[in-house]
Amino acid sequence: MNEPADLVVVGAGPAGLAATATALSGGLRVVLVDSGTTVGGQYWRHPPEHARAAIATGDLHHGLRTYRALCRALAAHRAAGRLDLLLGHHAWSAVREGDGFAVHAVDRRDAPRETTVVLRAPRLLVATGAYDRQLPFPGWDLPGVLTAGGLQALLKGGGVAAGSRVALGGTGPFLLPVAAGLAARGVEVVAVCEAAHPRAWLRHPVPLLRNPGKWAEGAGYAATLARHRVPVRPRTAIVAAEGGARVSAVRIASLAPDGSPRPGTERRVEVDAVGVGWGFTPQLDLLVPLGCALTESADGNAVAAVDADQRTTVPGLYTAGETCGVGGAALAVNEGRLAARSVLADSGTDPAPANRPPTALRSAVARQRAFARAMALAHPVPPAWPEWLTDGTVVCRCEEVTAGAVRAARADGAHDHRQVKQLTRAGMGWCQGRMCGPAVHCLTARGRAYEPAERLVATPVTLGALADLDEGPQTPQTPQSPRAAQSPRAAQAQQAPTDNGHTDKECS
Amino acid sequence: MTLKVVVVGAGVVGAACAYHAASAGLDVTVVDRGPVGAGTTSRGEGNVLLSDKEPGPELALAHLSRTLWDEAGRELGPDSLELEPKGGLVVASTAESLTALGEFAARQEAAGVRVEPVESVRDLEPHLAPGIPGGIHYPQDAQVQPVLAAAALLRAAVRHGARFRTGEVSGAVTARDGGRITGVRTAAGDVLPADAVVNAAGTWGGEVGRRLGAPVEVLPRRGFVLVTEPLPPMVRHKVYSADYVANVASSDAGLETSCVVEGTRGGTILIGASRERVGFDTTMNTAVVARLAAQACRLFPFLRGVHLMRAYRGFRPYCPDHLPVVGPDPRVPGVVHACGHEGAGIGLAPATGALVTAHLLGRPWRGADPAAHTGLLPDRFLAPEVRPSE
Repeated sequence: MNEPADLVVVGAGPAGLAATATALSGGLRVVLVDSGTTVGGQYWRHPPEHARAAIATGDLHHGLRTYRALCRALAAHRAAGRLDLLLGHHAWSAVREGDGFAVHAVDRRDAPRETTVVLRAPRLLVATGAYDRQLPFPGWDLPGVLTAGGLQALLKGGGVAAGSRVALGGTGPFLLPVAAGLAARGVEVVAVCEAAHPRAWLRHPVPLLRNPGKWAEGAGYAATLARHRVPVRPRTAIVAAEGGARVSAVRIASLAPDGSPRPGTERRVEVDAVGVGWGFTPQLDLLVPLGCALTESADGNAVAAVDADQRTTVPGLYTAGETCGVGGAALAVNEGRLAARSVLADSGTDPAPANRPPTALRSAVARQRAFARAMALAHPVPPAWPEWLTDGTVVCRCEEVTAGAVRAARADGAHDHRQVKQLTRAGMGWCQGRMCGPAVHCLTARGRAYEPAERLVATPVTLGALADLDEGPQTPQTPQSPRAAQSPRAAQAQQAPTDNGHTDKECS
Repeated sequence: MTLKVVVVGAGVVGAACAYHAASAGLDVTVVDRGPVGAGTTSRGEGNVLLSDKEPGPELALAHLSRTLWDEAGRELGPDSLELEPKGGLVVASTAESLTALGEFAARQEAAGVRVEPVESVRDLEPHLAPGIPGGIHYPQDAQVQPVLAAAALLRAAVRHGARFRTGEVSGAVTARDGGRITGVRTAAGDVLPADAVVNAAGTWGGEVGRRLGAPVEVLPRRGFVLVTEPLPPMVRHKVYSADYVANVASSDAGLETSCVVEGTRGGTILIGASRERVGFDTTMNTAVVARLAAQACRLFPFLRGVHLMRAYRGFRPYCPDHLPVVGPDPRVPGVVHACGHEGAGIGLAPATGALVTAHLLGRPWRGADPAAHTGLLPDRFLAPEVRPSE
């Protein structure tokens, strides 16, 4: 692609793929950047191309027809030179530049070598998704205790089951596909501990009735779990994990309505792996420093505030998918399409008539959002969760800060996770509070939405790569290295569409 | 009767003012709209430096402050401040800058600063780049963890009887005759009785001064600081290039960077700091971050393979002449300024607190003699044509 791009899309998951396809079909030139080595994001994660034939993952996926159609559309536009697909690129900052945006990324396809690239366009669409929300409990830092999403990623990305006897815990429907996927591969799933009670759903009958597809999906998992005799235990939780070198057992307790363990109900179950998830936290790192306004979502997260057509409060900046509220892939695809239509409208380009009219998209989004809201309200973080923690329970794993230290900071007047960080170092380590932030928030400021700390650097990047950015202006006139010597678009244009293996074949 | 003092601002300077004033037996209330150390204090590197100051009023204050940090460490426990007397190493990249640095250091030495010329800088810092012609070791330079230090000072003030209130000061209450301060008004509508008000509002000191009827010009200067992944100890001193000395006193509007590199107890390496005059613009500047990274890598080549984990920025409060303003404002009796410390507020905080207390007491306190620090008084800005705004 030699012409300047009209749009940069960050994130090639369901929302980003759908947005890119719609924008391309409307005639825009697009740069799509993702840190993964294939497109699909977490939801449509697949094994590497060379291993796909050997690893069956079809049963783990939904909406593959949509996925393949999106991949085909992207491949056609890429071959026509209208799409730059930059995989293995990690965006570390997005800034305003003139009338548009500059996305700074590092190319890690040749890791550990890092090469900085700058992607510029008048409009930016951020579709960076979400990651598992974790609540610490005694033993959660033992090897073998994973996030539910981590277990799922191992299955989808490599057909790997993390253990042979697995307990799952937390809250939300996401636990079910993880359990079903493991059970179908011969893993003994000893329990799915769901903190909420299914009755909570009955308070929101309308969204349920209007989203029958979700019920069908749920029934499918229930059938799989029944076939493998996997017990799903409502209103229970994994309140502790035990083990030496790695986890060897969990303690499971029944919960009172407030989430406190019922005395006398605790029992010990031997396992060799654990998966825990308490919903998801949106990945807002690129959006917050741009000054995008946030709003509260029903699951307790602050999310990007968008208008009915996915525009953020920053002109030229759009977002779709979990960044504006966790709601699943089908919603993300519709939001992506809607966001791209806004980009087309704001660019003065008429969307291609083949696309769904925006009114239909808008009403689908509204219906799916209502379902997401009902789901969030039915699966809250248990209010009494902090009771599970001893003062010695590690909350921030990077800096080894305990619940006792967080409580002491709160007693010292720290009333949110930022102040706790300053006083205890919780959230100052490698993950920069991405893991412990929601938990520290729940320990100090429950009742308010969780707003992540502003992270000006969205992913760690070597100082050497940054130094090259300073010393080597990336223009053809002053070459620094073969790749950095050209603009990323020019570099990409010189590659044959198949030279890095990231082609439409990967969608098959 | 005990003098009632309201300290506006719970940053490190306000906390130090409260600590010294309460230690002296004054009745102290600290007011801040946020928690302790949440503003500029939390965005600093914790520099306690003599090395970057040329002889003059600021160096005199820094000298006293260095002694008072040691005293605070003894009283509050050095760990509560993460006080580390690690020393500074200023390196020159060229023979000419080494000559200039040597002359600068000689003047500092004449003013009482301990300076030790170093020929082989890699004896002190083995990971420095080869080919650096030399430098100066400043053994008195030290580091504190700013938020912990502010919190520890404020806790100690509270132990001496001070109170901490959350609130925003909206104005002064003054007596009808003479206009002397009798209290401050908060945005919530409360009136806190006061015989004196200390303006320790840091970057917002200009606005607080205006609300108290005693405006001073305090402007923000944006600075970015980079934080690396945690490493085993690789950098032992505060290490910076001699260019930094020129930048601190600069009034250039544009970007200036000359990095200071140092290790922390947490294992991370801090790289700071840029200086830009862009008002309160909070936007990320990737060019500044890249420039700091490049300078740090030139000093310590091993940093090229080290990951930047975080960057943060803050607004350093500066007065037009780049000196802090510390002392009573003659326009509104009872108002005492303690702001405008630019990038040196952490280091200068204890001496500022002692000097403010001395002004309040009308006699020297803990080595701070108002007669010795007249160069910091607000009077220097009050030329006849400058009138307090209404």
